Amino acid sequence: MKENLNILIVGVGGQGNILLSKILGEVFLNVGYDVKISEVHGMAQRGGSVVTYVKAGTKVFSPLIDKAEADYIIAFEKLEALRWIEYLKKEGILIYSDYEIPPMSVITGVYKYPDVDKIVKKLGVKFYKVDIPSLLTKVGSPRVQNTIMLGVFSRLIGIEESYFRKAIENNVKPEFVEINLKAFAIGRNVDLGEVKI
Amino acid sequence: MRRLMLGNQAVARGCYEAGVKVATAYPGTPSTEITEFISQYSEIYCEWAPNEKVALEVAIGAAIYGKRAICSMKHVGLNVAADPLFTVSYTGVNGGLLIAVADDPGMHSSQNEQDTRNIAKAAKVPVLEPADSQECVDFVKKGFEISEKYDTPVILRLTTRVSHSQSVVEEDSRVEIDYGYKKDIQKYVMMPAMARKRHEIVEKRLNDLKEFAEKTELNRIEEGESNLAFITAGIAYQYVKEAYPDAWVLKLGMVYPLPERLVKDFCSKFEKVYIVEELDPFLEENIKAMGIRNAVGKEIFKMTGEYSPTFIKSAIEKTQVEPPYKLNEELAPRLPVLCPGCPHRGIFYVLSKIKDIIITGDIGCYTLGALSPFNAMDTCICMGASVGMAHGISKASDKKAKVVAVIGDSTFVHSGITGLIDAVYNKSDMLLLILDNSTTGMTGHQDHPATGYTIRGEETFKLDLVSLCKTIGCSVVEEINPYNINENIKKISTLIDKPGVKVLIVKAPCRLHRRYKYVLSKRYIDKNKCKNCKLCLSLGCPAISLKEVPTIDQNLCLACGMCESICRFGAISSVKE
Ligand code: SF4
Ligand code: SF4
Repeated sequence: MKENLNILIVGVGGQGNILLSKILGEVFLNVGYDVKISEVHGMAQRGGSVVTYVKAGTKVFSPLIDKAEADYIIAFEKLEALRWIEYLKKEGILIYSDYEIPPMSVITGVYKYPDVDKIVKKLGVKFYKVDIPSLLTKVGSPRVQNTIMLGVFSRLIGIEESYFRKAIENNVKPEFVEINLKAFAIGRNVDLGEVKI
Repeated sequence: MRRLMLGNQAVARGCYEAGVKVATAYPGTPSTEITEFISQYSEIYCEWAPNEKVALEVAIGAAIYGKRAICSMKHVGLNVAADPLFTVSYTGVNGGLLIAVADDPGMHSSQNEQDTRNIAKAAKVPVLEPADSQECVDFVKKGFEISEKYDTPVILRLTTRVSHSQSVVEEDSRVEIDYGYKKDIQKYVMMPAMARKRHEIVEKRLNDLKEFAEKTELNRIEEGESNLAFITAGIAYQYVKEAYPDAWVLKLGMVYPLPERLVKDFCSKFEKVYIVEELDPFLEENIKAMGIRNAVGKEIFKMTGEYSPTFIKSAIEKTQVEPPYKLNEELAPRLPVLCPGCPHRGIFYVLSKIKDIIITGDIGCYTLGALSPFNAMDTCICMGASVGMAHGISKASDKKAKVVAVIGDSTFVHSGITGLIDAVYNKSDMLLLILDNSTTGMTGHQDHPATGYTIRGEETFKLDLVSLCKTIGCSVVEEINPYNINENIKKISTLIDKPGVKVLIVKAPCRLHRRYKYVLSKRYIDKNKCKNCKLCLSLGCPAISLKEVPTIDQNLCLACGMCESICRFGAISSVKE
């Protein structure tokens, strides 16, 4: 890698954002890169909008990713994918989950939940959309969206699968390792097809 | 071994390796994990203290006894601990004393943006500022050496992006430290005659530290290839390096006191030197006070919020980045909300239904009661303030105002108790609701004296809030269940009008805490019975959203039953349709 690889993980507090960033960070560390991860704690975790930055490269200084700097955005929630879209590079790729969690401002009727698919297409962003609700039923657990998304992402960068599986084993509580590995495998085997624009 | 570590985790690791014996704190984002990670090292005694002032006093005791001690807090916590801080600066230490203070530029989870370096300077205490996790480990060790060599407490200043970023750390082994205890009233009893002498010593110490600052490798010049030059510290250093890898940089690891000769020397080499620091112009003012004329700082860099490499670049080059993908519409904001099943929801729903009351609020999860759909909070200033403010309002209104104060159990123990004593003593008329969820919720479930458990989960004496409030002299003290919504509306409405200081302990443990087991019977909405009145939506439970009629997301519902009790048409129950 000549330049840093910048990955933004976005979603709603409580979706396993931080765990995914830890796993990714460990993968890059073990491959031999310098790594920095920055996370958000506190108020934002209570169902608010949450972003985590993962950066890897020969030498990483700032833990932050600015607008127009992300190579990848991994979004656990559709609306959040849009909220952070300005952070994507021109040639960057958005991988987003089809999962919808309406924020309180939508529940109370002040705002409308936008038509995310339509806007993403209109912007001309390169993207993969992952049908998380149906994949979650396949795994049989509602809590592993993050490892499914990791499985999907792992296909896009040239790092061997074993690094990912090992990092999952090291970072997930022992009783949940098996289900997470299963979720990872399902994500990795999703037929993504060509990247869409 | 090379490992990725959170800055706070690295501070804990540094403490372990430095032979720290005692660690104390009150939880506060972004500092909390320091003490949580320390609790994993059995070699270190560690605890949650009821507030930062007490925590610092405990650490001072341990240090004077001859062991290394750390006390951690967030920036606003240092205000609470300021009293002992200013005097331990006089007494000095014996074993090293490190005070880790995490500032929060950008206010990710704080009520203000304050700069700890100002308090440190006022207290005449040296400050180290690490820029990544490896430096967190190294600076902790260095901090203890400085503390012992110069007989001073040392502040380790962190910011959110150092505390909550992970970067690579090389682990080392632990050394044990013990200086032994020696009685010395000239040094440790700060009555005027002795304190006067100590002040002289403090001033001399600052001069010695200035000399130290000139030579220490904590402050270093990184040679560049361009003629751009920067003076910076902490996380701002990383932003500068990323924005301008070829620039000259004077990186300060010790930000107070400053190395005057080194700074002057550096500045004399360049036409212009940029001083990059988040929050206050602390370095800048101190550097300009040295008579340096070519320093550029807050004229172009903002005083508020966080910096970033792009921000620094655009401030210097006056350029603006245009993101390739721009949204034209305003997106629905996603503010934090009380979790599904949260017991606080019940009480804020009740308060939102009672007319003409003033509600003083406090710091914790329940601050979210101020937001829609409840809008049931008028104020939030600082830890413990709700109680005193309610009393103040009651007095200012000649007792005509109906005042309700809300405060969490942890916050009440932190500093609500003293306000309550004042209100009773001065014959207030107010209602205090102690929202007792049996944990410190917002910072991630830390224990406190009223939970009956220590930081390591061992059982201990449990402070009983009911008897405490009775002992203080409150006229009414009762426990109520927040899930009994209809009952509580009546109860609170009548109690407000009674004279005296009344306390309701609104008790139900946090639904997300592992220790407290709830019987889960999730709720469903029967479409055939639902009249679509939307009343259940006004509960603000994230599990309930509007499809054609309100619908409950079974992945999110935590089975508290509150929605069932407010639906007037019996459409909600635990029976699937
Ligand atoms: S309160 Fe009951 S009737 Fe009204 S919308 Fe909700 S479920 Fe339907
Ligand atoms: S849906 Fe009803 S029962 Fe479930 S958590 Fe929300 S309020 Fe409680």
